[in-house]
Amino acid sequence: MSKDVKIRKGTNIKLKGVAEKLYANPVQVSEVVLRPDDFPNLIPKLCVKLGDKVKAGSPLFFDKGNEQILFTSPISGEVVEINRGDKRKLLEVKVESDGANQFETFKQADPNSLSKEEVLATMLKSGVWPFFRQRPYDVIANPSDSPKAIHITAMDTSPLAPDYDFVMHGQDELFQIGLDAIAKLTDGKVHLNVNGNDNPDDAYKKAKNVQINKVSGPHPAGNVGVQIHHIDPVNKGEVVWTLKSLDVLTIGKLFKEGKFDASRVIAFVGSKVTAPKYVRTVLGANISNIVKGNVEEGGRYISGNPLTGTQIPENGYLGFYDYQLTVLPEGGNNQFFGWLPFTGLNKFSLSRTALSFLTPNKTYDLNTNMNGEERAYVVTGEYEKVFPMDIYPVYLVKAMMIEDIDKMEALGVYEVAPEDFALCEFACTSKIEVQRVVRQALDLVRKECS
Amino acid sequence: MKALEQFMQKIKPKADGKFPLAHAVWDGTYTFLFVPGHTNHNGTHIRDSIDLKRTMIMVVLALIPSLLFGIYNVGHQHFLAIGEMAEFMDKFLFGALKVLPIVIVSYAVGLGVEFVFAAINKHAIQEGFLVSGMLIPLIMPIDVPLWMVAVATIFAVVLGKEVFGGTGMNVVNIALVTRAFLFFAYPTQMSGDKVWISLGDGAAVDGFSGATPLGKAVEGGVEAIPSIMDSIIGLIPGSIGETSVIAIGIGALILILTGIGSLRIMLSMFVGGFLTCLVFNAVGGNPFLEVPALHQLMLGGFAFGAVFMATDPVTASQTSSGKIVYGLLIGMLAMLIRVANPAYPEGVMLAILIGNVFAPLIDHVVIGANIKKRLKRVKIA
Repeated sequence: MSKDVKIRKGTNIKLKGVAEKLYANPVQVSEVVLRPDDFPNLIPKLCVKLGDKVKAGSPLFFDKGNEQILFTSPISGEVVEINRGDKRKLLEVKVESDGANQFETFKQADPNSLSKEEVLATMLKSGVWPFFRQRPYDVIANPSDSPKAIHITAMDTSPLAPDYDFVMHGQDELFQIGLDAIAKLTDGKVHLNVNGNDNPDDAYKKAKNVQINKVSGPHPAGNVGVQIHHIDPVNKGEVVWTLKSLDVLTIGKLFKEGKFDASRVIAFVGSKVTAPKYVRTVLGANISNIVKGNVEEGGRYISGNPLTGTQIPENGYLGFYDYQLTVLPEGGNNQFFGWLPFTGLNKFSLSRTALSFLTPNKTYDLNTNMNGEERAYVVTGEYEKVFPMDIYPVYLVKAMMIEDIDKMEALGVYEVAPEDFALCEFACTSKIEVQRVVRQALDLVRKECS
Repeated sequence: MKALEQFMQKIKPKADGKFPLAHAVWDGTYTFLFVPGHTNHNGTHIRDSIDLKRTMIMVVLALIPSLLFGIYNVGHQHFLAIGEMAEFMDKFLFGALKVLPIVIVSYAVGLGVEFVFAAINKHAIQEGFLVSGMLIPLIMPIDVPLWMVAVATIFAVVLGKEVFGGTGMNVVNIALVTRAFLFFAYPTQMSGDKVWISLGDGAAVDGFSGATPLGKAVEGGVEAIPSIMDSIIGLIPGSIGETSVIAIGIGALILILTGIGSLRIMLSMFVGGFLTCLVFNAVGGNPFLEVPALHQLMLGGFAFGAVFMATDPVTASQTSSGKIVYGLLIGMLAMLIRVANPAYPEGVMLAILIGNVFAPLIDHVVIGANIKKRLKRVKIA
């Protein structure tokens, strides 16, 4: 059984600098960083000291709320920096590579022959567990929950996103092992939501032990929240786990080779990149080696995509969940009469007040300007155009702003994640920081209701 | 540009200095000249190029045809009333001299109030009044004294908007509050047959009545209503901007093509009015009820209200199905008030105000249905 989901609302923002389907020359990974801030709501507790030697898969810190959940080092080496912020909040743990590539060994077995408990234990110990996120609240899944279903998205429709089919190509076996392991975790279904706009890769088409759903349409069709909403929506009291198909590869490697191999392929994209390509690197890797000599001056470095990613410095580090490094032109210039409609050929708008509506296939080189100032809500209907769920987004956001939990619950807060509102935030005439509002509201509901 | 930017930066008053009003005015002017180069840091890194200034300016642009036609019509009616022939330019100049002061007073007073509140509340000036400031003159009778415009504008901006929290928070349309205030506070100056045509220094010719078509119809019956063609072209007495369906149509086209105005609301309001009139036609029994439905839609402020007033996104329904109900409701009420109560020949204004008040209720019902659907899903599962 499978479902065909067609998303009609939404839009693909076409930016310059899509990655060519080629792998760049391999680059050395000298340092990696794990940032607790990549995991919303996490209170970390360190388990290493400065100068400790670690292998790939050795725990660096764990979740204070659930001590089973470990965050392990992606490479082997030495803990060289532990940075703390205000009130000694843990900001990052830095590991410098020793070049030896040593791995902690975990149980290596065919997941089909293992029990649920054994699979779970291996995943928790090795540090792949944080790949599982849950709806509601969009936080790391709680291993003691029994989820209604697990949704794996095999597509990313956000601007300049990596092509999951290209990256997956030829790794059918690893992927299947990963899926088998995941299937052990739930009594419900495992949904593999593949790209219905294109012909998906064989690894997806041949996947067993899962329900394959075809999802087509513009962004945010690739957002797992949208897919869940159309396939099997989350109700109050239910839990659904989500992850990306590329995460499944790491899980597959864990069971096949018995090690936490955090290497991954990222798309190195954006108009400031001289030759956008795919790069083989490691989770949390320092980007200096990747960007050196490959980018133009004056760029903003974003770990993730331009809609939901995190700004990082020129010598920053990739985020835990990110398969994309984007470099966009930094804004900051005042625009003389910048509000005039129908001016400028590089101005993009989802409304029909810029020339962009005449050229739907043109690609744009957008910078990070806000193009206006924050205002109260005035315009109506623009969120709905890019929010393909049966939810009234503005009403939900307003309920979130006033922290009315009952109302949020009634309006569908359990189904959404900040990323689902990314396009709303992009389109917002009033320049409201919707994703921040949603994140804070989810944290609040989680605190009050669980 | 650079020089201007440097000059503006040089004269920038301190935000928390002695003169908060000066800073508010400076900030309003500066952000009007230059969209500030703020960049995104949380959330999306890229943003749509639209902002509230552009949205509001699009509406003002859409109002320009009505304004220009209104200016011409004021002159045209004037020379018609005093029985003189005049060139196009003479009519236009006469109209401009009459209309522009109202526009200036409306903007100056309204923006003044906005600046004061921006200074008190220490926030940037919001653009809402750009549109209200243009709408107010267009729904005024031409001979309204300027001080009345000023008083009404202050009343509307303070009590209609700022007490609720400023742009985006108001319950009813600001421009209509102005008009309603004048209508009820100074009824003698706002109705009858004296205010709709500016006589200037001239005297009216014998047998001339300056009432609007609907006003005349109250007294003299439906024969006084101009032909449908006249009401579409709009060379008839009436509020400054409301007479020409063609000029309003150009504005409607701009709003619909750019997606700024809600086509749903406009259409459903016309449909609501049309259907109501058909019912009245069928019932009959009174000359008012028998005016053809299509003709009714072209009369008075109906078209203007549908295109520019009912579509105000802040005061209209916000859900897409709510918008249809909201439009239908206003259309029906407007016609009902128009034919049932001849004391208010301009039912549109009151109908939209009532619609504004009902809009949150309509949305509440629509949202309630969505919530019920979600609850039902839980029960099945």
